[in-house]
Amino acid sequence: MSEPVRLPWSLRDNPILRQWVDFSVPGTARVFTAKVELGQGILTALAQIAADELRLPIERIAVVSGDTRHSPNESYTAGSMSIEIGGSSLRLACAEARELMIEAAARRLKADKARLSVAGGSILLDGRQSDLDYWKLAPEIDMNRAVSGTATLTDPKDATYLGRSTARFDLPAKVAGGAFVHDLEFPGMLHARVLRPPSANMHLTAIDLSAAERRPGVVKVWRSGDFAAVCCEREYQAVKAIEALRASASWTHDDRLLIAGNWKDWLTTRLAVDSQSETGRRSPVEGDVIRRKAIYSKPPIAHASLGPSCAVACFNDGALSVWTHSQGVFPLREALAKALSVDPRRIEVIHAQGAGCYGHNGADDVAMDAALLAMQVPTRHVRVQWMREDEFAWAPIGSPMAVAIEGAVGPDGKLLEWSSEIWSGPHGRRPNLFGVELLAAAQLERPIAFPVVHEDMNRFAGAARNSEPPYDLPYRKIVLHSLPNLPFRTSALRTLGGYANVFAVESFIDELADAAGIDPVEFRLLNLSDPRARETIEAAARISGWDRRAPRGTGRASGIGFARYKTTAAYVAAVARVDANERVRVERVDCAVDAGLAVNPDGVINQIEGGIIQSISWTLIEQAAFGPGGIAARNWEEYPILRFEQAPEIQVELIQRPDLPSLGVGEAAQGPVAAAVANAVARALDCRIRDLPITRERIVSTLARPD
Amino acid sequence: MSSTFQLLVNGQSHRVTVDYDDTPLLYVLRDDLRLKGVRFGCGAGQCGACTVLIDGRAERSCELPVWSVEGRPITTIEGLATAGRMHPLQRAIIDGQAGQCGFCLSGIIMKAAELIERDHQPSREKLAAALDENLCRCGAHARILNAIERAWKEDSAGGGK
Ligand code: FES
Ligand code: FES
Repeated sequence: MSEPVRLPWSLRDNPILRQWVDFSVPGTARVFTAKVELGQGILTALAQIAADELRLPIERIAVVSGDTRHSPNESYTAGSMSIEIGGSSLRLACAEARELMIEAAARRLKADKARLSVAGGSILLDGRQSDLDYWKLAPEIDMNRAVSGTATLTDPKDATYLGRSTARFDLPAKVAGGAFVHDLEFPGMLHARVLRPPSANMHLTAIDLSAAERRPGVVKVWRSGDFAAVCCEREYQAVKAIEALRASASWTHDDRLLIAGNWKDWLTTRLAVDSQSETGRRSPVEGDVIRRKAIYSKPPIAHASLGPSCAVACFNDGALSVWTHSQGVFPLREALAKALSVDPRRIEVIHAQGAGCYGHNGADDVAMDAALLAMQVPTRHVRVQWMREDEFAWAPIGSPMAVAIEGAVGPDGKLLEWSSEIWSGPHGRRPNLFGVELLAAAQLERPIAFPVVHEDMNRFAGAARNSEPPYDLPYRKIVLHSLPNLPFRTSALRTLGGYANVFAVESFIDELADAAGIDPVEFRLLNLSDPRARETIEAAARISGWDRRAPRGTGRASGIGFARYKTTAAYVAAVARVDANERVRVERVDCAVDAGLAVNPDGVINQIEGGIIQSISWTLIEQAAFGPGGIAARNWEEYPILRFEQAPEIQVELIQRPDLPSLGVGEAAQGPVAAAVANAVARALDCRIRDLPITRERIVSTLARPD
Repeated sequence: MSSTFQLLVNGQSHRVTVDYDDTPLLYVLRDDLRLKGVRFGCGAGQCGACTVLIDGRAERSCELPVWSVEGRPITTIEGLATAGRMHPLQRAIIDGQAGQCGFCLSGIIMKAAELIERDHQPSREKLAAALDENLCRCGAHARILNAIERAWKEDSAGGGK
């Protein structure tokens, strides 16, 4: 037996063995997780882990995911921690279950444990089949014991699935028919649509409910405060009825222009709550010191899920059931309980897949809408689907950010000091973290307002995420100006502050390298002692054919960006090649990734590829446009994203490290790719763009007035 | 004000009744015929998630009033498989693990199916151009192009359908 381990927090919070695994279904091991499938392939990776530890073929693992009735309470599926925390918890539990089975078999067979092994769920004695298996032994196992975390884990070298590419379970259904929460059907299910104010600061002054009530198929029209909705027998009836209701509504006036100029000025002049971190000491240096200073910015970005948020709820005999694509079934249950004054023990929240969410989109809010309406029509299932414009206008957005950096390099090309300031709204405002945080709850007659939230300088907090450069620095100071009163709703978008911070840090590193006259790859290696970081950068340089003597200002160039997400997750280095002669086009991205033991290598590569393309889209195209009253871009024409013809060629090299813990990859590529693209554009044009997105217009104006 | 139409979907004839004459085909397919592979993405012809084949041409079912397709053969993703065997494009997407959330995939497959019928050897550029109006938010583009391209090559290398 190995040394007692410090348990991952999922296991500390849910210590009981049967919270993780159960053998009550003959021939199958059911494993439980609160982590949910968001298109990242997590359920397949968890099944791989369980199959190896239980020595079962993967087809005999049934993963029960995101269900408050069965799952351990692991809070949110977020922060690229599902494999690191949820996976390692499940792994320890399954390994322990296997060892307990062997102990039970040893007692039954009166044989020494050393003579026993497991294959396909059957117990082998001296390598030969006994008549015992997991399901026969299960009644003898105390499943109510706490997982000790001391079981011997399967060595990835002996594993069947760990570290081997495994096809995702969830894909076949998605190319054949229904697969999403949107596609659920229950007998007598009603379809609902919700009427939302034209902008966040407008209030309903008058509405004629009968305008909708007269329409075909309308079962219920309901209003409370600024919230109004229709429930109908058929879906298109609801679409039409809500139009009629909208036409009958009057609202208070709101034409405040939240922002007219650039985000940088807007953010840096707002009221802030400050915190800071400082490490090391400044020391005097002989010789010429190069000093630079620059400020970068990123606009608000929409989650822009391809499918608008959807949920189904049913209220029956005081009990509420909710089907949702929320990232956190347990926190949502708590938030719903508070918002609806229902005992949380009378609420079950069950995950069903949605379109990719990339963070806190409308999933929880639409679940609240559905729950609220289900309580108006007890016993009937109510399906609420947001319309496209609801998703754009009402889902939280990723906060705009500004990052100012000052740094110095010694005559030997070594970094001497670094100080930065960050301005940002909050990023982590999911339901039940700081308050209820559900849209409809804030709109009801007796509203539960959104709490005023600011963040602290803390490396796991949102805005400061990845603000520390990964480089060796004698002195470093970071100040966070957290902006609690933004007049729009911001929350978690993939990477939180990591995208803007890595974009800024890695752009600035290139600026320092240029000032010192050192090649950007060489400059990074000169200032980086973490061997895994170095190897990742070297790999990206190698596979991209990095050319140290490449000329500048020719319109085409390559750039590099590197980060270790959250300073604890996967290492990613990316080299982007751009053509910036017209509109910037990313032709190719070469990317190296060290994610420790990659449980499902192809799954990791898939996540990285997706991160690369999404990051290019954010970096070149996206910004949530504001007009009078709030978010103006409410459809795909006003909020374009990267398209097929703009997609680059991609090569990903995975540095597989079977002996090291798995590291999260879901958010690891966004920052490095943004920086690689920005650095490539700077080299292609010999002109630095510090404000995202890097549009043609921005380039033209920067070339005219370089700052 | 309800009207009744005769639809020919995936080789089968259906009588459907709608309350509004402008009811888009999407709602009829999803809610009346329970063909949930037809996905609502925007309802405005901007994303391609709802793409189906009408007379072999890729069309956006969120924008087509149901009356306009009466009697014309309609194929949804559910009707692509033949005799229980997946269409080569469905197979290709799975073999290439070409998707993340998968919400975009049925629309993309239907759009690609239109192209593959007309042009057996389209270049990657043509394929990308054909799919350019189909959005994918997860960034699965490169994988999708690779997977479909590979399927085509294998198909034309003698595999047939
Ligand atoms: S749903 Fe039809 S094009 Fe978007
Ligand atoms: S795979 Fe999620 S939108 Fe394409």
